[in-house]
Amino acid sequence: MRENSASDNFKNFLFILPALLIFSIFYIYPFFYTFILSFHRYDFISEFKFVGWDNFKEVLIYGKDWWSSIYRGGFITFWALTFQNMLAFALALAADRLTRTGKIYRVIFFVLPVLSEVIIGLLMQQMLATAPQGGDVLNHMLKNLGLASLTRDWMANDRVLLTTAIVHCWKGFGWAFVLIFAGLQTIPEQLYEAARIDGASWWQSFTNIVVPLLMPVLALVMVLTVLGTMQAFAMILALTRGAGGLTEVPVMKIYDHVRSSQVGLACAEGIVLGVILVAFSFTMLYISKQIRKKYDVLPG
Amino acid sequence: MYYRAKKVFILIVLHTFLISVALSCILPFFWMVNSSFKTEKEFMDDHGLKIATNPHWENYRILVVEKQFWLYFLNSLFYTFITVFLIVIISSLAAFAFSRLQFPGKNVIFFMFLAAMMIPLPAGFVPLYVLLNKVHLINRSGYVLAMVNMGLSLSIYLLKTFFDQLPRDLEDAARIDGCNRLQIWWNVGMPLVAPALGVVIVFNALNVWNEFVLASLMFTDDRLMPLQVALMEIYHRNIVAHSLIMAALTIAALPIILLYLSMQKHFIKGLTATEVVG
Repeated sequence: MRENSASDNFKNFLFILPALLIFSIFYIYPFFYTFILSFHRYDFISEFKFVGWDNFKEVLIYGKDWWSSIYRGGFITFWALTFQNMLAFALALAADRLTRTGKIYRVIFFVLPVLSEVIIGLLMQQMLATAPQGGDVLNHMLKNLGLASLTRDWMANDRVLLTTAIVHCWKGFGWAFVLIFAGLQTIPEQLYEAARIDGASWWQSFTNIVVPLLMPVLALVMVLTVLGTMQAFAMILALTRGAGGLTEVPVMKIYDHVRSSQVGLACAEGIVLGVILVAFSFTMLYISKQIRKKYDVLPG
Repeated sequence: MYYRAKKVFILIVLHTFLISVALSCILPFFWMVNSSFKTEKEFMDDHGLKIATNPHWENYRILVVEKQFWLYFLNSLFYTFITVFLIVIISSLAAFAFSRLQFPGKNVIFFMFLAAMMIPLPAGFVPLYVLLNKVHLINRSGYVLAMVNMGLSLSIYLLKTFFDQLPRDLEDAARIDGCNRLQIWWNVGMPLVAPALGVVIVFNALNVWNEFVLASLMFTDDRLMPLQVALMEIYHRNIVAHSLIMAALTIAALPIILLYLSMQKHFIKGLTATEVVG
Protein backbone atom coordinates (compact mmCIF):
# COMPACT_ATOMS: atom_id res chain seq x y z
CA MET A 1 0.00 0.00 0.00
CA ARG A 2 1.16 3.46 -0.77
CA GLU A 3 1.23 6.05 1.95
CA ASN A 4 -1.73 8.39 2.03
CA SER A 5 -0.98 12.00 1.32
CA ALA A 6 -3.58 14.71 1.62
CA SER A 7 -3.97 14.89 -2.14
CA ASP A 8 -4.40 11.11 -2.28
CA ASN A 9 -7.11 11.29 0.32
CA PHE A 10 -8.83 13.97 -1.65
CA LYS A 11 -8.62 12.05 -4.92
CA ASN A 12 -9.99 8.96 -3.20
CA PHE A 13 -12.78 11.02 -1.73
CA LEU A 14 -13.78 12.15 -5.21
CA PHE A 15 -14.89 8.56 -5.93
CA ILE A 16 -17.70 8.75 -3.41
CA LEU A 17 -18.48 12.41 -3.94
CA PRO A 18 -21.27 11.92 -6.53
CA ALA A 19 -22.95 9.30 -4.38
CA LEU A 20 -22.56 11.41 -1.27
CA LEU A 21 -23.95 14.51 -2.96
CA ILE A 22 -27.07 12.79 -4.25
CA PHE A 23 -27.52 10.97 -0.97
CA SER A 24 -27.24 14.18 1.04
CA ILE A 25 -29.63 16.14 -1.12
CA PHE A 26 -32.23 13.45 -1.74
CA TYR A 27 -32.03 11.38 1.43
CA ILE A 28 -30.41 13.08 4.41
CA TYR A 29 -31.86 16.51 3.79
CA PRO A 30 -35.43 15.25 3.20
CA PHE A 31 -35.06 12.99 6.22
CA PHE A 32 -34.57 15.93 8.58
CA TYR A 33 -36.87 18.09 6.50
CA THR A 34 -39.70 15.70 7.39
CA PHE A 35 -39.32 16.57 11.06
CA ILE A 36 -39.25 20.30 10.33
CA LEU A 37 -42.29 20.07 8.08
CA SER A 38 -44.22 18.04 10.63
CA PHE A 39 -44.18 21.02 13.01
CA HIS A 40 -45.44 23.39 10.36
CA ARG A 41 -48.47 24.03 8.28
CA TYR A 42 -47.58 24.22 4.61
CA ASP A 43 -49.67 24.03 1.45
CA PHE A 44 -47.12 24.54 -1.36
CA ILE A 45 -48.23 28.16 -1.83
CA SER A 46 -47.98 30.21 1.36
CA GLU A 47 -45.00 30.33 3.72
CA PHE A 48 -44.35 27.76 6.45
CA LYS A 49 -46.42 28.41 9.55
CA PHE A 50 -45.12 27.00 12.82
CA VAL A 51 -47.87 25.12 14.64
CA GLY A 52 -45.92 23.23 17.32
CA TRP A 53 -47.28 19.79 18.12
CA ASP A 54 -50.62 20.42 16.42
CA ASN A 55 -50.00 18.03 13.54
CA PHE A 56 -48.98 15.24 15.89
CA LYS A 57 -51.96 15.92 18.13
CA GLU A 58 -54.22 15.72 15.14
CA VAL A 59 -52.69 12.38 14.15
CA LEU A 60 -52.23 10.75 17.54
CA ILE A 61 -55.17 12.03 19.54
CA TYR A 62 -57.87 13.18 17.14
CA GLY A 63 -56.79 10.99 14.25
CA LYS A 64 -59.56 8.42 14.35
CA ASP A 65 -59.26 8.04 10.56
CA TRP A 66 -55.52 7.59 10.89
CA TRP A 67 -55.77 4.80 13.42
CA SER A 68 -58.42 3.04 11.38
CA SER A 69 -56.10 3.23 8.37
CA ILE A 70 -53.42 1.63 10.56
CA TYR A 71 -55.97 -1.01 11.49
CA ARG A 72 -56.70 -1.69 7.80
CA GLY A 73 -52.98 -1.91 7.04
CA GLY A 74 -52.64 -4.26 10.00
CA PHE A 75 -55.53 -6.37 8.76
CA ILE A 76 -53.90 -6.83 5.35
CA THR A 77 -50.57 -7.48 7.07
CA PHE A 78 -52.17 -10.16 9.23
CA TRP A 79 -53.39 -11.96 6.10
CA ALA A 80 -50.02 -11.54 4.42
CA LEU A 81 -48.24 -12.96 7.46
CA THR A 82 -50.52 -15.94 7.85
CA PHE A 83 -52.13 -16.83 4.53
CA GLN A 84 -49.46 -15.56 2.12
CA ASN A 85 -46.46 -16.87 4.01
CA MET A 86 -48.02 -20.21 4.88
CA LEU A 87 -49.02 -20.70 1.26
CA ALA A 88 -45.49 -19.79 0.19
CA PHE A 89 -44.03 -22.17 2.78
CA ALA A 90 -46.31 -25.02 1.72
CA LEU A 91 -45.54 -24.44 -1.96
CA ALA A 92 -41.82 -24.29 -1.25
CA LEU A 93 -41.96 -27.54 0.69
CA ALA A 94 -43.83 -29.16 -2.19
CA ALA A 95 -41.50 -27.80 -4.86
CA ASP A 96 -38.45 -28.80 -2.82
CA ARG A 97 -39.46 -32.46 -3.05
CA LEU A 98 -39.52 -32.29 -6.86
CA THR A 99 -35.99 -32.36 -8.10
CA ARG A 100 -36.51 -31.31 -11.70
CA THR A 101 -39.77 -29.39 -11.94
CA GLY A 102 -39.38 -27.32 -8.76
CA LYS A 103 -37.49 -24.59 -10.56
CA ILE A 104 -40.18 -24.27 -13.26
CA TYR A 105 -42.72 -23.41 -10.57
CA ARG A 106 -40.33 -20.83 -9.20
CA VAL A 107 -40.28 -19.11 -12.58
CA ILE A 108 -44.08 -19.06 -12.75
CA PHE A 109 -44.71 -17.90 -9.18
CA PHE A 110 -42.25 -15.07 -9.52
CA VAL A 111 -44.04 -13.41 -12.43
CA LEU A 112 -46.38 -11.56 -10.08
CA PRO A 113 -43.74 -9.85 -7.91
CA VAL A 114 -41.94 -8.76 -11.09
CA LEU A 115 -44.95 -6.90 -12.45
CA SER A 116 -45.87 -3.48 -11.13
CA GLU A 117 -48.46 -2.89 -8.46
CA VAL A 118 -50.52 -0.79 -10.85
CA ILE A 119 -50.73 -3.56 -13.44
CA ILE A 120 -51.72 -6.17 -10.86
CA GLY A 121 -54.20 -3.81 -9.21
CA LEU A 122 -55.94 -2.81 -12.44
CA LEU A 123 -55.99 -6.36 -13.78
CA MET A 124 -57.61 -7.69 -10.62
CA GLN A 125 -59.97 -4.74 -10.53
CA GLN A 126 -61.18 -5.72 -13.99
CA MET A 127 -61.55 -9.34 -12.96
CA LEU A 128 -63.31 -8.81 -9.64
CA ALA A 129 -65.39 -5.63 -9.81
CA THR A 130 -68.89 -5.82 -11.21
CA ALA A 131 -69.92 -3.91 -14.30
CA PRO A 132 -69.73 -1.12 -15.24
CA GLN A 133 -66.42 -0.46 -13.44
CA GLY A 134 -65.04 -3.94 -13.86
CA GLY A 135 -65.57 -6.94 -16.06
CA ASP A 136 -67.03 -9.14 -13.31
CA VAL A 137 -65.01 -11.97 -14.78
CA LEU A 138 -64.42 -14.18 -11.78
CA ASN A 139 -68.16 -14.45 -11.18
CA HIS A 140 -68.79 -15.43 -14.79
CA MET A 141 -65.99 -17.95 -14.61
CA LEU A 142 -67.55 -19.49 -11.53
CA LYS A 143 -70.96 -19.54 -13.23
CA ASN A 144 -69.50 -21.29 -16.27
CA LEU A 145 -67.93 -23.87 -13.98
CA GLY A 146 -71.30 -24.50 -12.36
CA LEU A 147 -70.34 -22.86 -9.10
CA ALA A 148 -72.97 -20.14 -9.27
CA SER A 149 -73.46 -20.35 -5.50
CA LEU A 150 -69.95 -18.97 -4.99
CA THR A 151 -70.51 -15.82 -7.01
CA ARG A 152 -70.71 -12.61 -5.06
CA ASP A 153 -69.87 -8.96 -5.29
CA TRP A 154 -66.20 -9.12 -4.35
CA MET A 155 -66.03 -5.39 -3.96
CA ALA A 156 -69.06 -5.10 -1.67
CA ASN A 157 -68.55 -2.82 1.31
CA ASP A 158 -68.20 -5.56 3.85
CA ARG A 159 -65.89 -7.64 1.70
CA VAL A 160 -63.63 -5.22 -0.13
CA LEU A 161 -60.92 -5.11 2.54
CA LEU A 162 -60.64 -8.90 2.61
CA THR A 163 -60.55 -9.01 -1.19
CA THR A 164 -57.76 -6.45 -1.14
CA ALA A 165 -55.83 -8.53 1.40
CA ILE A 166 -56.19 -11.67 -0.73
CA VAL A 167 -55.07 -9.90 -3.89
CA HIS A 168 -52.11 -8.52 -1.96
CA CYS A 169 -51.21 -12.05 -0.84
CA TRP A 170 -51.61 -13.28 -4.41
CA LYS A 171 -49.17 -10.70 -5.66
CA GLY A 172 -46.69 -11.28 -2.86
CA PHE A 173 -46.56 -15.00 -2.22
CA GLY A 174 -44.13 -15.68 -5.10
CA TRP A 175 -41.57 -13.46 -3.49
CA ALA A 176 -41.82 -15.25 -0.14
CA PHE A 177 -41.77 -18.55 -2.02
CA VAL A 178 -38.46 -17.73 -3.69
CA LEU A 179 -36.78 -16.84 -0.40
CA ILE A 180 -38.09 -19.90 1.45
CA PHE A 181 -37.39 -22.20 -1.51
CA ALA A 182 -33.79 -20.96 -1.68
CA GLY A 183 -33.50 -21.58 2.07
CA LEU A 184 -34.83 -25.12 1.70
CA GLN A 185 -32.39 -25.91 -1.08
CA THR A 186 -29.44 -25.11 1.18
CA ILE A 187 -30.44 -27.84 3.65
CA PRO A 188 -28.17 -30.79 2.86
CA GLU A 189 -29.91 -33.96 1.67
CA GLN A 190 -27.85 -36.06 4.11
CA LEU A 191 -29.74 -34.60 7.07
CA TYR A 192 -33.03 -35.95 5.75
CA GLU A 193 -31.44 -39.29 4.98
CA ALA A 194 -29.89 -39.56 8.42
CA ALA A 195 -33.27 -38.74 9.95
CA ARG A 196 -35.00 -41.33 7.77
CA ILE A 197 -32.48 -44.01 8.76
CA ASP A 198 -33.09 -43.13 12.38
CA GLY A 199 -36.77 -43.77 11.71
CA ALA A 200 -38.02 -40.20 11.82
CA SER A 201 -41.43 -39.52 10.31
CA TRP A 202 -42.01 -36.70 7.81
CA TRP A 203 -43.41 -34.52 10.57
CA GLN A 204 -40.45 -35.20 12.84
CA SER A 205 -37.88 -34.27 10.24
CA PHE A 206 -39.98 -31.20 9.42
CA THR A 207 -40.04 -29.92 12.98
CA ASN A 208 -36.49 -30.97 13.85
CA ILE A 209 -34.61 -30.20 10.65
CA VAL A 210 -36.54 -27.85 8.40
CA VAL A 211 -38.01 -25.43 10.93
CA PRO A 212 -34.85 -24.80 12.97
CA LEU A 213 -32.60 -24.47 9.95
CA LEU A 214 -35.07 -22.21 8.18
CA MET A 215 -35.68 -19.97 11.19
CA PRO A 216 -33.43 -17.12 9.98
CA VAL A 217 -35.09 -17.11 6.56
CA LEU A 218 -38.59 -17.26 8.03
CA ALA A 219 -37.86 -14.42 10.43
CA LEU A 220 -36.51 -12.34 7.55
CA VAL A 221 -39.54 -13.09 5.39
CA MET A 222 -41.81 -12.08 8.25
CA VAL A 223 -40.04 -8.77 8.87
CA LEU A 224 -39.99 -7.90 5.17
CA THR A 225 -43.65 -8.92 4.82
CA VAL A 226 -44.70 -6.53 7.58
CA LEU A 227 -42.53 -3.67 6.29
CA GLY A 228 -43.72 -4.21 2.73
CA THR A 229 -47.39 -4.64 3.50
CA MET A 230 -47.72 -1.73 5.90
CA GLN A 231 -46.25 0.49 3.18
CA ALA A 232 -48.23 -1.03 0.30
CA PHE A 233 -50.29 1.49 -1.52
CA ALA A 234 -50.23 1.64 -5.32
CA MET A 235 -51.79 -1.80 -5.81
CA ILE A 236 -54.61 -0.93 -3.43
CA LEU A 237 -55.18 2.41 -5.13
CA ALA A 238 -55.42 0.70 -8.51
CA LEU A 239 -57.63 -2.09 -7.19
CA THR A 240 -60.20 -0.12 -5.22
CA ARG A 241 -59.32 3.57 -5.43
CA GLY A 242 -59.73 3.53 -1.65
CA ALA A 243 -63.30 2.22 -1.89
CA GLY A 244 -64.60 5.39 -0.30
CA GLY A 245 -62.20 4.99 2.62
CA LEU A 246 -62.90 1.29 3.19
CA THR A 247 -59.48 0.21 1.99
CA GLU A 248 -57.63 3.36 2.90
CA VAL A 249 -54.23 2.23 4.17
CA PRO A 250 -51.73 4.49 5.97
CA VAL A 251 -49.61 5.45 2.98
CA MET A 252 -52.73 6.19 0.94
CA LYS A 253 -53.77 8.57 3.70
CA ILE A 254 -50.37 10.28 3.55
CA TYR A 255 -50.57 10.49 -0.23
CA ASP A 256 -54.05 11.99 -0.10
CA HIS A 257 -52.92 14.58 2.42
CA VAL A 258 -50.09 15.63 0.14
CA ARG A 259 -52.53 15.88 -2.74
CA SER A 260 -54.81 18.06 -0.65
CA SER A 261 -51.80 20.20 0.33
CA GLN A 262 -51.72 19.24 4.02
CA VAL A 263 -48.00 18.61 3.95
CA GLY A 264 -47.33 19.03 7.67
CA LEU A 265 -49.99 16.53 8.57
CA ALA A 266 -48.68 14.06 6.00
CA CYS A 267 -45.19 14.34 7.46
CA ALA A 268 -46.44 13.81 11.01
CA GLU A 269 -48.29 10.70 9.85
CA GLY A 270 -45.20 9.50 8.06
CA ILE A 271 -43.12 9.90 11.20
CA VAL A 272 -45.67 8.05 13.32
CA LEU A 273 -45.80 5.16 10.85
CA GLY A 274 -42.02 5.16 10.48
CA VAL A 275 -41.53 4.96 14.26
CA ILE A 276 -44.02 2.10 14.49
CA LEU A 277 -42.24 0.19 11.72
CA VAL A 278 -38.74 0.82 13.09
CA ALA A 279 -39.83 -0.28 16.57
CA PHE A 280 -41.43 -3.37 15.10
CA SER A 281 -38.51 -4.39 12.91
CA PHE A 282 -35.97 -3.97 15.68
CA THR A 283 -38.12 -6.00 18.06
CA MET A 284 -38.41 -8.68 15.41
CA LEU A 285 -34.66 -8.66 14.75
CA TYR A 286 -34.06 -9.05 18.48
CA ILE A 287 -36.56 -11.89 18.77
CA SER A 288 -35.18 -13.68 15.73
CA LYS A 289 -31.68 -13.41 17.17
CA GLN A 290 -32.90 -15.04 20.37
CA ILE A 291 -34.63 -17.77 18.39
CA ARG A 292 -31.54 -18.30 16.29
CA LYS A 293 -29.48 -18.69 19.47
CA LYS A 294 -31.98 -21.19 20.84
CA TYR A 295 -32.15 -23.25 17.65
CA ASP A 296 -28.49 -22.95 16.77
CA VAL A 297 -27.96 -26.61 15.94
CA LEU A 298 -25.56 -26.17 13.06
CA PRO A 299 -22.96 -23.48 12.68
CA GLY A 300 -23.57 -21.16 9.74
CA MET B 1 -45.30 -52.01 -4.49
CA TYR B 2 -47.04 -50.22 -1.69
CA TYR B 3 -44.13 -47.84 -1.38
CA ARG B 4 -44.23 -47.01 -5.09
CA ALA B 5 -47.95 -46.36 -5.07
CA LYS B 6 -47.54 -44.10 -2.09
CA LYS B 7 -44.78 -42.20 -3.84
CA VAL B 8 -46.85 -41.70 -6.99
CA PHE B 9 -49.81 -40.58 -4.93
CA ILE B 10 -47.68 -38.01 -3.11
CA LEU B 11 -46.31 -36.74 -6.42
CA ILE B 12 -49.83 -36.33 -7.80
CA VAL B 13 -50.93 -34.41 -4.73
CA LEU B 14 -47.87 -32.15 -4.86
CA HIS B 15 -48.28 -31.41 -8.54
CA THR B 16 -52.00 -30.75 -8.23
CA PHE B 17 -51.31 -28.24 -5.48
CA LEU B 18 -48.48 -26.53 -7.36
CA ILE B 19 -50.23 -26.53 -10.72
CA SER B 20 -53.46 -25.10 -9.36
CA VAL B 21 -51.60 -22.19 -7.78
CA ALA B 22 -49.48 -21.78 -10.92
CA LEU B 23 -52.65 -21.59 -13.02
CA SER B 24 -53.99 -18.84 -10.81
CA CYS B 25 -50.82 -16.91 -11.67
CA ILE B 26 -50.94 -17.52 -15.41
CA LEU B 27 -54.61 -17.51 -16.36
CA PRO B 28 -55.32 -13.84 -15.55
CA PHE B 29 -52.62 -12.83 -18.00
CA PHE B 30 -53.96 -15.04 -20.77
CA TRP B 31 -57.33 -13.54 -20.10
CA MET B 32 -55.82 -10.06 -20.22
CA VAL B 33 -54.17 -10.62 -23.62
CA ASN B 34 -57.23 -12.38 -24.95
CA SER B 35 -59.63 -9.62 -23.89
CA SER B 36 -57.43 -6.95 -25.40
CA PHE B 37 -58.21 -8.41 -28.85
CA LYS B 38 -61.95 -8.05 -28.46
CA THR B 39 -64.32 -5.25 -29.26
CA GLU B 40 -66.11 -3.78 -26.31
CA LYS B 41 -69.31 -5.50 -27.41
CA GLU B 42 -67.68 -8.91 -27.66
CA PHE B 43 -66.19 -8.34 -24.24
CA MET B 44 -69.58 -7.54 -22.73
CA ASP B 45 -71.00 -10.72 -24.29
CA ASP B 46 -68.44 -13.26 -23.11
CA HIS B 47 -66.38 -11.32 -20.54
CA GLY B 48 -63.21 -12.22 -22.36
CA LEU B 49 -63.67 -15.87 -21.47
CA LYS B 50 -63.85 -17.13 -25.07
CA ILE B 51 -60.75 -17.20 -27.22
CA ALA B 52 -60.67 -14.24 -29.59
CA THR B 53 -60.86 -16.08 -32.93
CA ASN B 54 -60.54 -13.03 -35.11
CA PRO B 55 -58.17 -10.76 -33.24
CA HIS B 56 -59.25 -7.20 -33.31
CA TRP B 57 -56.38 -4.71 -33.25
CA GLU B 58 -58.51 -1.61 -32.87
CA ASN B 59 -57.71 -1.21 -29.15
CA TYR B 60 -54.01 -1.14 -29.87
CA ARG B 61 -54.53 1.30 -32.71
CA ILE B 62 -56.50 3.63 -30.42
CA LEU B 63 -53.83 3.41 -27.73
CA VAL B 64 -50.90 3.97 -30.00
CA VAL B 65 -52.33 6.48 -32.45
CA GLU B 66 -54.93 8.40 -30.44
CA LYS B 67 -53.72 8.06 -26.85
CA GLN B 68 -50.04 8.34 -27.68
CA PHE B 69 -49.23 5.34 -25.57
CA TRP B 70 -45.83 4.96 -27.19
CA LEU B 71 -44.91 8.28 -25.60
CA TYR B 72 -45.44 6.93 -22.07
CA PHE B 73 -43.58 3.82 -23.01
CA LEU B 74 -40.65 5.86 -24.25
CA ASN B 75 -40.82 8.05 -21.12
CA SER B 76 -40.55 4.98 -18.92
CA LEU B 77 -37.70 3.65 -21.03
CA PHE B 78 -35.95 6.99 -20.78
CA TYR B 79 -36.30 7.30 -17.00
CA THR B 80 -35.26 3.71 -16.49
CA PHE B 81 -32.28 3.88 -18.79
CA ILE B 82 -30.86 7.15 -17.45
CA THR B 83 -31.44 6.22 -13.81
CA VAL B 84 -29.86 2.79 -14.12
CA PHE B 85 -26.93 4.19 -16.05
CA LEU B 86 -26.27 6.82 -13.38
CA ILE B 87 -26.69 4.34 -10.55
CA VAL B 88 -24.24 1.91 -12.13
CA ILE B 89 -21.57 4.56 -12.56
CA ILE B 90 -22.06 6.37 -9.26
CA SER B 91 -22.53 3.33 -7.06
CA SER B 92 -19.64 1.36 -8.56
CA LEU B 93 -17.33 4.33 -8.09
CA ALA B 94 -18.42 4.64 -4.47
CA ALA B 95 -18.33 0.89 -3.83
CA PHE B 96 -14.84 0.67 -5.28
CA ALA B 97 -13.69 3.48 -3.01
CA PHE B 98 -15.33 1.97 0.07
CA SER B 99 -13.70 -1.36 -0.66
CA ARG B 100 -10.23 -0.36 -1.87
CA LEU B 101 -9.33 3.26 -1.18
CA GLN B 102 -8.51 5.13 2.01
CA PHE B 103 -9.97 8.46 2.97
CA PRO B 104 -11.05 10.05 6.23
CA GLY B 105 -14.61 9.38 7.40
CA LYS B 106 -14.90 6.28 5.24
CA ASN B 107 -16.59 4.08 7.83
CA VAL B 108 -18.97 6.77 9.02
CA ILE B 109 -20.14 7.51 5.49
CA PHE B 110 -20.55 3.85 4.65
CA PHE B 111 -22.54 3.35 7.82
CA MET B 112 -24.83 6.18 6.76
CA PHE B 113 -25.63 4.40 3.51
CA LEU B 114 -26.27 1.20 5.45
CA ALA B 115 -28.55 2.95 7.92
CA ALA B 116 -30.53 4.42 5.03
CA MET B 117 -31.38 0.90 3.91
CA MET B 118 -32.53 -0.16 7.37
CA ILE B 119 -34.81 2.74 8.22
CA PRO B 120 -38.22 2.49 6.56
CA LEU B 121 -39.42 5.86 5.30
CA PRO B 122 -43.09 5.38 4.51
CA ALA B 123 -43.54 9.09 3.82
CA GLY B 124 -40.17 9.65 2.21
CA PHE B 125 -41.85 10.92 -0.92
CA VAL B 126 -43.45 13.85 0.93
CA PRO B 127 -40.38 15.94 1.83
CA LEU B 128 -38.79 14.91 -1.44
CA TYR B 129 -41.74 16.29 -3.37
CA VAL B 130 -41.79 19.49 -1.31
CA LEU B 131 -38.06 19.91 -1.84
CA LEU B 132 -38.21 19.36 -5.60
CA ASN B 133 -41.14 21.73 -5.73
CA LYS B 134 -39.16 24.44 -3.94
CA VAL B 135 -36.08 24.19 -6.12
CA HIS B 136 -38.17 23.90 -9.30
CA LEU B 137 -37.03 20.41 -10.15
CA ILE B 138 -40.51 19.08 -10.87
CA ASN B 139 -39.28 17.72 -14.17
CA ARG B 140 -37.41 14.85 -15.71
CA SER B 141 -34.06 15.57 -14.10
CA GLY B 142 -35.54 15.97 -10.62
CA TYR B 143 -37.35 12.68 -10.94
CA VAL B 144 -34.31 10.84 -12.28
CA LEU B 145 -32.07 12.16 -9.49
CA ALA B 146 -34.62 11.17 -6.84
CA MET B 147 -34.85 7.68 -8.34
CA VAL B 148 -31.06 7.41 -8.48
CA ASN B 149 -30.99 8.11 -4.77
CA MET B 150 -33.60 5.40 -4.11
CA GLY B 151 -31.41 2.69 -5.59
CA LEU B 152 -28.08 4.00 -4.44
CA SER B 153 -27.66 2.53 -0.96
CA LEU B 154 -28.48 -1.04 -1.86
CA SER B 155 -26.40 -0.91 -5.04
CA ILE B 156 -23.37 0.42 -3.19
CA TYR B 157 -23.77 -2.23 -0.54
CA LEU B 158 -24.09 -5.08 -3.07
CA LEU B 159 -21.13 -3.92 -5.12
CA LYS B 160 -18.96 -3.25 -2.07
CA THR B 161 -19.45 -6.75 -0.71
CA PHE B 162 -18.60 -8.07 -4.17
CA PHE B 163 -15.47 -5.92 -4.46
CA ASP B 164 -14.40 -7.11 -1.00
CA GLN B 165 -14.32 -10.71 -2.19
CA LEU B 166 -12.15 -10.03 -5.21
CA PRO B 167 -8.40 -10.70 -5.01
CA ARG B 168 -6.25 -7.59 -5.08
CA ASP B 169 -3.54 -9.11 -7.26
CA LEU B 170 -5.00 -7.94 -10.53
CA GLU B 171 -5.29 -4.39 -9.26
CA ASP B 172 -1.72 -4.47 -7.97
CA ALA B 173 -0.58 -5.68 -11.36
CA ALA B 174 -2.50 -2.89 -13.05
CA ARG B 175 -1.01 -0.37 -10.66
CA ILE B 176 2.50 -1.55 -11.37
CA ASP B 177 1.72 -1.21 -15.07
CA GLY B 178 0.95 2.42 -14.38
CA CYS B 179 -2.84 2.54 -14.16
CA ASN B 180 -4.28 5.26 -11.99
CA ARG B 181 -7.23 4.74 -9.65
CA LEU B 182 -9.82 5.65 -12.24
CA GLN B 183 -8.30 3.29 -14.80
CA ILE B 184 -8.16 0.46 -12.26
CA TRP B 185 -11.83 1.01 -11.42
CA TRP B 186 -12.87 1.00 -15.08
CA ASN B 187 -10.50 -1.57 -16.57
CA VAL B 188 -10.09 -4.03 -13.71
CA GLY B 189 -12.87 -3.44 -11.20
CA MET B 190 -15.87 -3.10 -13.50
CA PRO B 191 -15.27 -6.26 -15.56
CA LEU B 192 -14.73 -8.28 -12.40
CA VAL B 193 -17.96 -7.14 -10.71
CA ALA B 194 -20.01 -7.79 -13.85
CA PRO B 195 -22.13 -10.51 -12.16
CA ALA B 196 -23.07 -8.14 -9.34
CA LEU B 197 -23.70 -5.37 -11.85
CA GLY B 198 -26.29 -7.60 -13.51
CA VAL B 199 -28.18 -7.80 -10.24
CA VAL B 200 -27.86 -4.07 -9.66
CA ILE B 201 -29.12 -3.29 -13.16
CA VAL B 202 -32.16 -5.56 -12.98
CA PHE B 203 -33.09 -4.53 -9.46
CA ASN B 204 -32.93 -0.83 -10.24
CA ALA B 205 -34.48 -1.07 -13.69
CA LEU B 206 -37.54 -2.83 -12.28
CA ASN B 207 -37.68 -0.41 -9.40
CA VAL B 208 -37.81 2.62 -11.70
CA TRP B 209 -40.03 0.98 -14.30
CA ASN B 210 -42.59 0.03 -11.63
CA GLU B 211 -42.38 3.21 -9.55
CA PHE B 212 -45.71 4.94 -9.20
CA VAL B 213 -46.05 7.17 -6.12
CA LEU B 214 -43.46 9.87 -6.76
CA ALA B 215 -44.11 9.89 -10.50
CA SER B 216 -47.84 10.36 -10.00
CA LEU B 217 -47.21 13.35 -7.73
CA MET B 218 -44.64 14.91 -10.02
CA PHE B 219 -45.91 14.41 -13.54
CA THR B 220 -49.28 15.98 -14.04
CA ASP B 221 -48.19 16.87 -17.55
CA ASP B 222 -49.20 14.19 -20.03
CA ARG B 223 -46.00 14.41 -22.03
CA LEU B 224 -43.79 13.51 -19.06
CA MET B 225 -45.82 10.65 -17.58
CA PRO B 226 -44.19 7.25 -17.24
CA LEU B 227 -46.17 4.14 -18.09
CA GLN B 228 -47.45 3.36 -14.58
CA VAL B 229 -49.03 6.79 -14.15
CA ALA B 230 -50.40 6.71 -17.69
CA LEU B 231 -52.08 3.36 -16.98
CA MET B 232 -53.95 4.87 -14.05
CA GLU B 233 -54.89 7.91 -16.13
CA ILE B 234 -56.16 5.82 -19.02
CA TYR B 235 -58.17 3.76 -16.59
CA HIS B 236 -59.70 6.83 -14.97
CA ARG B 237 -60.60 8.39 -18.31
CA ASN B 238 -62.02 5.23 -19.90
CA ILE B 239 -63.46 3.35 -16.95
CA VAL B 240 -66.00 1.42 -18.98
CA ALA B 241 -63.74 0.62 -21.95
CA HIS B 242 -62.62 -2.71 -20.53
CA SER B 243 -60.94 -4.18 -23.57
CA LEU B 244 -59.06 -0.93 -24.14
CA ILE B 245 -57.72 -1.05 -20.57
CA MET B 246 -56.73 -4.66 -21.15
CA ALA B 247 -54.78 -3.65 -24.24
CA ALA B 248 -53.01 -0.95 -22.24
CA LEU B 249 -52.16 -3.45 -19.50
CA THR B 250 -50.90 -5.89 -22.12
CA ILE B 251 -48.60 -3.30 -23.63
CA ALA B 252 -47.25 -2.52 -20.15
CA ALA B 253 -46.97 -6.09 -18.87
CA LEU B 254 -45.95 -8.21 -21.83
CA PRO B 255 -42.47 -6.75 -22.44
CA ILE B 256 -41.64 -7.19 -18.75
CA ILE B 257 -42.95 -10.76 -18.73
CA LEU B 258 -40.95 -11.67 -21.85
CA LEU B 259 -37.83 -9.99 -20.52
CA TYR B 260 -38.30 -11.80 -17.23
CA LEU B 261 -38.70 -15.18 -18.90
CA SER B 262 -35.59 -14.68 -20.98
CA MET B 263 -33.39 -13.76 -18.02
CA GLN B 264 -35.28 -14.95 -14.97
CA LYS B 265 -32.19 -15.81 -12.90
CA HIS B 266 -31.10 -12.18 -12.88
CA PHE B 267 -34.61 -11.06 -12.01
CA ILE B 268 -34.93 -13.41 -9.08
CA LYS B 269 -31.51 -12.43 -7.76
CA GLY B 270 -32.27 -8.77 -8.33
CA LEU B 271 -35.63 -8.73 -6.62
CA THR B 272 -34.48 -10.75 -3.64
CA ALA B 273 -31.43 -8.51 -3.29
CA THR B 274 -33.18 -6.81 -0.39
CA GLU B 275 -32.62 -10.08 1.47
CA VAL B 276 -29.00 -9.17 2.13
CA VAL B 277 -30.04 -6.26 4.30
CA GLY B 278 -31.40 -8.55 6.99
